[in-house]
Amino acid sequence: MSTEATPAEPSTQAPKTGSKTAEAIEAARAQGRAAFIGYLPAGYPDKETSIAAAIELARNGADVIEIGVPYSDPVMDGPVIQQATTEVLARGFRLPEVFEIVAAVVEATDAAVLVMTYYNLIDRMGAEEFARRLAEAGGAGAITPDLIPDEAGAWMAATERHGLDRVFLTAPTSSPERVAQIVSASRGFVYGVSVMGVTGARDQVSDAAERVVNAARSAGAERVCVGLGVSTRAHVEEIGRYADGVIVGTALVAALRDGGPSAVAALTAELTGAETGR
Amino acid sequence: MSAPAEETQKYRDHEGPYFGSFGGRWMPESLVAALDEVEQTFREAKQDPEFLAEVHRLGRDYTGRPSLLTEVKRFAAEAGPARIFLKREDLNHTGSHKINNVLGQALLAKRMGKTRLIAETGAGQHGVATATAAALMGMDCVVYMGSEDTRRQALNVARMRLLGAEVVPVDHGAKTLKDAINEALRDWVASVEHTHYLLGTVAGPHPFPEMVRWFHQVIGDETREQILAMEGRLPDAVAACVGGGSNAMGLFHGFLDDPEVALYGFEAGGDGVETGRHASAITLGRSGVLHGARSFLMQDEDGQTVDSHSISAGLDYPSVGPEHAYLAETGRATYEPVTDAECMASFEMLCRTEGIIPAIESAHALAGAARLSRKWGAEGEGKIIIINLSGRGDKDVETAAEWFRMLPGQENDPVAETETAAKTGDESPSPAPETGVQA
Ligand SMILES: Cc1ncc(COP(=O)(O)O)c(C=O)c1O
Repeated sequence: MSTEATPAEPSTQAPKTGSKTAEAIEAARAQGRAAFIGYLPAGYPDKETSIAAAIELARNGADVIEIGVPYSDPVMDGPVIQQATTEVLARGFRLPEVFEIVAAVVEATDAAVLVMTYYNLIDRMGAEEFARRLAEAGGAGAITPDLIPDEAGAWMAATERHGLDRVFLTAPTSSPERVAQIVSASRGFVYGVSVMGVTGARDQVSDAAERVVNAARSAGAERVCVGLGVSTRAHVEEIGRYADGVIVGTALVAALRDGGPSAVAALTAELTGAETGR
Repeated sequence: MSAPAEETQKYRDHEGPYFGSFGGRWMPESLVAALDEVEQTFREAKQDPEFLAEVHRLGRDYTGRPSLLTEVKRFAAEAGPARIFLKREDLNHTGSHKINNVLGQALLAKRMGKTRLIAETGAGQHGVATATAAALMGMDCVVYMGSEDTRRQALNVARMRLLGAEVVPVDHGAKTLKDAINEALRDWVASVEHTHYLLGTVAGPHPFPEMVRWFHQVIGDETREQILAMEGRLPDAVAACVGGGSNAMGLFHGFLDDPEVALYGFEAGGDGVETGRHASAITLGRSGVLHGARSFLMQDEDGQTVDSHSISAGLDYPSVGPEHAYLAETGRATYEPVTDAECMASFEMLCRTEGIIPAIESAHALAGAARLSRKWGAEGEGKIIIINLSGRGDKDVETAAEWFRMLPGQENDPVAETETAAKTGDESPSPAPETGVQA
């Protein structure tokens, strides 16, 4: 993409840019804790239940909510999330539903609401139109797991125009040059991938996670949140000691699958420590 | 590599990551370091005389290169006025062109110190080639294969297992090639430290399109030399089937900057592009990103990948290598769909007229070239078409027998029917149900 490959001007990550996600994370920091970021797939198991479950996330202490967009080829997702999003697609899910869900969750909560989407869904609609509709729905921005800054020219420009956050991922294998590029391209926060692998609950937090956070900080990142494999309160506390936010996905999706929104509420409370007054 | 010094040189040796607006690296960050390592290793190896000598030696002593260029007069006579030659990649060890790329990348993997190879496979040819290279070089091997394909290419599954590879059937999505690639990528993200993902076609993120082409360039280079030696001139057209596009890129490459040589790629037309049940991404013409590259992509209005359909497992892929998208867009190459029925008619014709059983993938190129010869009419007299016969059909005998209804209990069952009815194949084959194989 000769046009798309030209990265836009790097922007700062500071909250003064109007980043809703940055504000939510900074508010948590002001309370002396790491932000809690919960992921649930759009429309799972159906639209109304997915909205109800996302609202439970916020009620039980989530500062930022990620609404995952079901996609036919989710190469970064493990079996639990794949299974859920495949079911959503099989019942005839269409993309505009995401914006309706975002709008409903924004309306009902104070959390910053991001979408997490594979890039072809943005590309097909057009980066500009996708950004416009996301902003119109009150969304904070997007996490794009298969988009690297090298290819993000169109997305950078569109998010810039609509004041949206764009969260890029940094990995344990990212070189210092790449980390610097990722940090300067990101807006809202930088997503630190804690392990080499796909989404899915794991027993232990990898020791790579802290290195990933430190590398991003050295490159100037103001907010680094860690995800992939986080599933217990102990993980959340451990990561919270060095990161600005902790991201949980698979464990919440499994709870929604097995016990509906009330199970999401209970697990979120447990993970955030809300039940013990945090 | 031979380097023609012409100034008009325009398409040859085009390096990634971009081919016009196509290509790139639409990939998770976790894999970028591995892609950089592959690229770096590839660039160094290309300059290393020892590496080049080893690639050449393996090609000659293991694969059996150079492969033959065979004129097929009886096939050509039934097809139309043009003369037709086949580039015999079907005679390579393991039975297809895939081995060229596999041996090259396996050498690179060793150079990088990797001990494990993973691969996706559709028809099973790439999986077999990868399992073969792993056996030859003493590496571990896991091959991902859609469960729809493990069923229709059961013989190749057994071959891979005999060669010591683990075959993992993939049950998600359409259960074909694209889903096998998803699963291989998921493996690679977690195993990249010791594992090389040996991608089997000119698709995927940079540097795969450029690198896989480079390992297949030998097809076009040999063909060019052979036809010049045999006929003293270049062909009027070269033709190949296009799934991801590796056998086609390999052949095209020898002629990219000879404007007088027309380049034809034939995509899998399935039941016909108008039915929606096909694998003709270029013909459909929608740009998108999948598996690391921007290219033409079969997708719905939302950008969800649409399942492809083809009787040929090796062409059953909803996208295509980015360099083909570029050649299509610039008009340097022409891409047309060939339906299952057209393909199988040519499959049967080559068996009957030349005593060569082609891979069903390659039969798409036979059908497309035959159509071209017919279309040329009288003007085609004396013209030369070279077709890449990318693989042999041993793996497809059961699918073909079913298509022609020769299996026990079908109406052309040679045991039940008179011998002649089964053998002549004169009557046009009855249209097959669905993809032409039993559901
Ligand atoms: C014999 C043969 N030809 C062609 C193909 C298609 O691949 P490509 O388009 O990369 O040549 C395959 C893939 O399995 C194959 O086995």
